[in-house]
Amino acid sequence: MSRLNINKTYKLYIGGKFPRTESSRYYPITNTKGDLIANMCLASRKDFRNAVVIARKVQESWASTSALNKGQILYRIAEMLEGRKEQFIEELVLQGTTKKAAQIEVETSIDRLVYYAGWSDKYQQFFSTVNPVSSAHFNFTNLEPTGVVSIIAPENQGLLGLISVIAPAIIGGNTVIVLASENIPLSAISFAEVLNSSDVPGGIVNILTGKREELISHMASHMDVNAIIYCGTDKNDIKTISELASNNVKRTIFYKKSDWLNNNNESPYFIEKTQEAKTTWHPVKV
Amino acid sequence: MVQKNKTFKASWSYDPAPESTDHIQIKKKYDLYIDGKFVKPENGKYFETINPTNDEVIAEVALAEKEDVDKAVRAARNAFKSWSKIEPKERGKYIYRIARLIQERSREFAVIESLDGGKPIRESRDIDIPLAANHFFYYAGWADKLEYAFPNRNPKPLGVAGQIIPWNFPLLMAAWKLAPALATGNTVVLKPAETTPLTALKLAEIIRDSGLPKGVVNIITGAGKTGAEIVNHPDIDKISFTGSTAVGKYIQKAVAGTHKKITLELGGKSANIIFEDAAIDQAVEGIIDAIFFNQGHVCCAGSRLFIQESVADTVIQKLKDRMATLIVGDPLDKNTDIGAINSKRQLKTIENYIKIGLDEGGEIYQTDCKLPKKGNWCAPTLFLNLSQSHTIVQEEIFGPVLAIQTFRTIQEVIEKANNTPYGLAAGVWTQKGAKLFHLSQKLKAGVIWGNTFNKFDATSPFGGYKESGFGREGGLHGLKPYVKFE
Repeated sequence: MSRLNINKTYKLYIGGKFPRTESSRYYPITNTKGDLIANMCLASRKDFRNAVVIARKVQESWASTSALNKGQILYRIAEMLEGRKEQFIEELVLQGTTKKAAQIEVETSIDRLVYYAGWSDKYQQFFSTVNPVSSAHFNFTNLEPTGVVSIIAPENQGLLGLISVIAPAIIGGNTVIVLASENIPLSAISFAEVLNSSDVPGGIVNILTGKREELISHMASHMDVNAIIYCGTDKNDIKTISELASNNVKRTIFYKKSDWLNNNNESPYFIEKTQEAKTTWHPVKV
Repeated sequence: MVQKNKTFKASWSYDPAPESTDHIQIKKKYDLYIDGKFVKPENGKYFETINPTNDEVIAEVALAEKEDVDKAVRAARNAFKSWSKIEPKERGKYIYRIARLIQERSREFAVIESLDGGKPIRESRDIDIPLAANHFFYYAGWADKLEYAFPNRNPKPLGVAGQIIPWNFPLLMAAWKLAPALATGNTVVLKPAETTPLTALKLAEIIRDSGLPKGVVNIITGAGKTGAEIVNHPDIDKISFTGSTAVGKYIQKAVAGTHKKITLELGGKSANIIFEDAAIDQAVEGIIDAIFFNQGHVCCAGSRLFIQESVADTVIQKLKDRMATLIVGDPLDKNTDIGAINSKRQLKTIENYIKIGLDEGGEIYQTDCKLPKKGNWCAPTLFLNLSQSHTIVQEEIFGPVLAIQTFRTIQEVIEKANNTPYGLAAGVWTQKGAKLFHLSQKLKAGVIWGNTFNKFDATSPFGGYKESGFGREGGLHGLKPYVKFE
């Protein structure tokens, strides 16, 4: 007699825990033949708001974690993901990606994490300046994280797209609430398991699954969110986000690309998008 | 040992807390690491590496001569062809692996570092080894980001780098040299100091285990003569040296007229300046750290102390009191503050300087700590009654000997502090920010520590002005000595 598989229940990832949506709603994900793969949590506005509370609570301590430590944590995520490579490839294949494309996507995802781990203690050296002001002052400008960031992850490339937007935001000391790809959401929740076993403190990355049309307006309007990253091309979405963001002068970042594979999709400028520049003046004359 | 003094009314003592050596493995004999293998030296000669606490032989180490240097350089040259062309991202991954392997074996490395070199286990465990791993981690990340370090310049590796490192921070100096060289795509022939070769040879094991392509890093052991063979080898493109100013000058002269690029990190006689508005107790801790860290075997040691006259008596009394609490002894004991002097030769040098200090009229203060009978030891020492012309104010001693002078005005201390051929580092203690930054602008030194001393970080460039050498190690600036622009 053949053995029956144990199927995984895919839940949300909030504050380092895996709760079901408070709304108890779901939406089904099926394979190309129409068979059910999983019932995903259909996250609500309240789930999002809960996640913001936690993301805010831990943001300052995450930001003050040393750059070296943050880099090592990101590298640790890469190590964990490498160890579970096959699982992620299978999961992408299950959701309709070809085997070859899935392998490339997973491997690129791992390398991208290592890439941003490396920037952790370097982007500051790249973007900061010492400013030769005319008066007798030592004047320098450095970057600080914007704070709490809403992210609407890329719709295709459920793993690579997600990582490509999360990694630069968190390595810069932000905390994030991410809405996973609506149609390829499995990888995002499995990635949450990787995060959960990678020394990433709870609440730094929060991952929701659900409908863009339901959540986008809340992600853009929440008064305790400092920036929003939207991946997609829908003109109405972009307009809605831009308008709502103005309520508290949220920084808006729009990525219209559909392919996150090549190396143009990684650079320190992705980190700089969710940073604030701070200039300090200090007298040098006695 | 019971110590009593005015500041610290301690009438209790520490029980011994020695670190176990059970878990470490040291072979009786170490060969040269060339082309990915441990190989015997061509002439079959070996020398001993000695435990400075008891004069016992720890292991025999191969003596590399001309033929071995040739072999190592050939291996490095061969490896350079593919190593310089490998995908930068993949290059970085090897370096990350080395960082991880050091972290995994950190306890073993710390114990061996203390055994072979005599430094307190607290320092090797908390500073040397973790910092070495951090350097690899930091530069691993640069491997695929060089276009950001040198925008529009298309940086290329130089080729084969010959790296000669000192005995005061054996593994850490190896990391400072190897990590940026590898990240930029160079291959390396590295020579550790003859009194402290073991952790570099253990690092060779890690490099082998990391899967780094053979020949990319070659580690050969020997003394000054081996170093000279490296410096004078015609197929080396870069010499990177940390050590004395005298040898640095020899190297600069030796490579004159060749294509070789050089980086020199040489001696120092760093000023540590205490203003009357400093937080005095913190400053006293800073003075202790500045001069007694690693037995004073630190090129940037704060060996010249300048105290503002109005607080001089207080600072000196507190300093003497604090010195009296320092525990000198077994480097493997976790309570030890000051370990063994690295070698007999260095002990002689230090003792000679103490004699000169006395002969020239300096007023000495040494703590009356009991020193072990065997091995190389020096009690924490300070000298008062000195002027700028005293030998022990001018020359680098490289031991736990502090030369103290006083000053009245800011201008005076700036002039005194800069009146030296060296320019590696300086410390400034004041609660006034403006004064601190003013001094930072006026002091001719590569590193200025404000209200702290002897701080090191992989992201922070280190290196000297004037006869303390040129080139920087650490940080973004640490990449530059290993690249050329097309």
